[in-house]
Amino acid sequence: MKPAFSVLFFTVTSGIGYGLLMWLVAMQLISGQVGELQNFLMVGFIGLTLATLGLLSSTLHLANPKNAWRAFSRFRTSWLSREGVFSLLYYPVILIYAYVLYANGGELTLVLKVIGAVSLLIALATVICTGMIYASLKPIRQWHNPLVTPLYLLFSVTSGALAYTMLSLALEASLSPLATSAFVILLFISLLMKIIYFKSIGKPEGSTIGSATGFTQAQVRLLDAGHNADTFLTKEFVFDAGAMKLLRLRWLMIILLFIVPLLLVVATYMFDVAPAVYFAMVSLYFGLFIERWLFFAEARHVVRLYHGDQRA
Amino acid sequence: MKLGLVIDLDTCVGCHACATACKQWNTSGTIGPLSDQNPYGKNPIGSWLNRIRTYEVKEPSADPKLSKADQRLPSDNQESSCGSQQFDLYALATKGESTLSFAGINSATGAPASKTVHMPMSCMQCEDADCVTVCPTGASYKRAEDGIVLIDQDKCMGCNLCSWACPYGARELDEEQGVMKKCTLCVDRIYDEKLPESERQPACVLSCPTSSRVFGDFDDPSSDVSRLTIERGGKGLMPELGYKPTNRYLPPRETAQVPAMAKTKQPALSKLKKWANRVIAR
Repeated sequence: MKPAFSVLFFTVTSGIGYGLLMWLVAMQLISGQVGELQNFLMVGFIGLTLATLGLLSSTLHLANPKNAWRAFSRFRTSWLSREGVFSLLYYPVILIYAYVLYANGGELTLVLKVIGAVSLLIALATVICTGMIYASLKPIRQWHNPLVTPLYLLFSVTSGALAYTMLSLALEASLSPLATSAFVILLFISLLMKIIYFKSIGKPEGSTIGSATGFTQAQVRLLDAGHNADTFLTKEFVFDAGAMKLLRLRWLMIILLFIVPLLLVVATYMFDVAPAVYFAMVSLYFGLFIERWLFFAEARHVVRLYHGDQRA
Repeated sequence: MKLGLVIDLDTCVGCHACATACKQWNTSGTIGPLSDQNPYGKNPIGSWLNRIRTYEVKEPSADPKLSKADQRLPSDNQESSCGSQQFDLYALATKGESTLSFAGINSATGAPASKTVHMPMSCMQCEDADCVTVCPTGASYKRAEDGIVLIDQDKCMGCNLCSWACPYGARELDEEQGVMKKCTLCVDRIYDEKLPESERQPACVLSCPTSSRVFGDFDDPSSDVSRLTIERGGKGLMPELGYKPTNRYLPPRETAQVPAMAKTKQPALSKLKKWANRVIAR
């Protein structure tokens, strides 16, 4: 699949935004303390801005955006519709939470805790829906994989934990030990899961040119695709980055997304080098971009079989 | 009703008449226009609802290097490669129901049996059409009364998700209008009572010079499409994905082997005639 920048930016940025907001609310619910209201509003604003920027960018790849409002209408069947509904539903819930918290001067009442918990669930649901949009597509076996949705969720929560750590260091000059250690643990889990994912998509399986054409017991070879220029199908689905480039990018992704942030966060925590955590965030962001780029570039739609590929 | 097409891979000659007739009809039909970008330029591109691809289909054992690449090919077929020159093209799907197979091109030199197959593809009007369920706007829908999958051009937002969900490449975005286009099974022809009854068929079916395309109701066991599917072992493509495509493809028929022409001895009289003709012509 051809990686479109607007979709990469959307999934990465809104993933971080929702992750950050989840951590912000979760930390208040866990500790029962709100801390500085000013800081809460600041972090909340940043998280909501990131999520909104991502969502706005996702409308950029629409060919007919004037009908985008209709996208909320098929909640019962479409994951894209569900994502739209949850992302929109999140705004009133988190804004009510922030407003009520601000209005009673930072006191966490039971009602507020319930609203906070609801906002957490909606944010989780939004990210899960993003993952399910891809995981529900049967013609792309690299996406129709049980690890795709957990990975989307993990990367959102992990990057959110780092963003929370970074912002709490910037605003309160102290690291939250819970968020920091959670980040390290989540990073290890996502690395492990990503490696298992790479292993599982490496196995040759699924449709072949034989099952695509019906000639399951013969050798099939494309002679003529029927067109001598690009078509919508070749432009949308045929994307070859080259095996060597993909492999190099996998390593670059592992370095930028896992190794560098881990070392920098440990350095921040153990040796008190505060700026390191900012570089960790930058490295993680670029790492996530490469991860998302690879997610598209390595996905092979079965339509490619009709254009000459031997297997999916 | 379950309307759909049967496409005969035995008789299709790959002339692209179905594709051009489809484009001609539908560009001014209910979902039209089907726009083209840069149509006379270097890299023309446009929306087509029908595409024809050509494949070489040959015995798996013919090229050991290629056979090795495809692990799913049964190795026991290799024994019959030189002897009977037969291989069951659709044997996996039709096991137990039909023994349709076609004899490969026999050759005195033992060249592999192979055949050129033209494969026209349009929307399969799937029973479990994921293109419909993934659509967030409700633009894509499958009609309950006849099973035709359609796109409401006024509701589509052009997100491309339905084209990603389609394994058959049946949906193409119209870049000019920003909405998705797909085969309508010529819904604006087949129910048009102003047309003579023989013309109430999709444009691709009417235009096919070899009658390789047949249109009809798969729910009706006496219809041409049902009969052909049973008689010839018609098959849906990529059944493993579970979309339950309606359209059926008929495998190439078992053809009589053409014997190699032996050099015949010419009688003396015809030799004389030939010589006389040559002399007179001079």
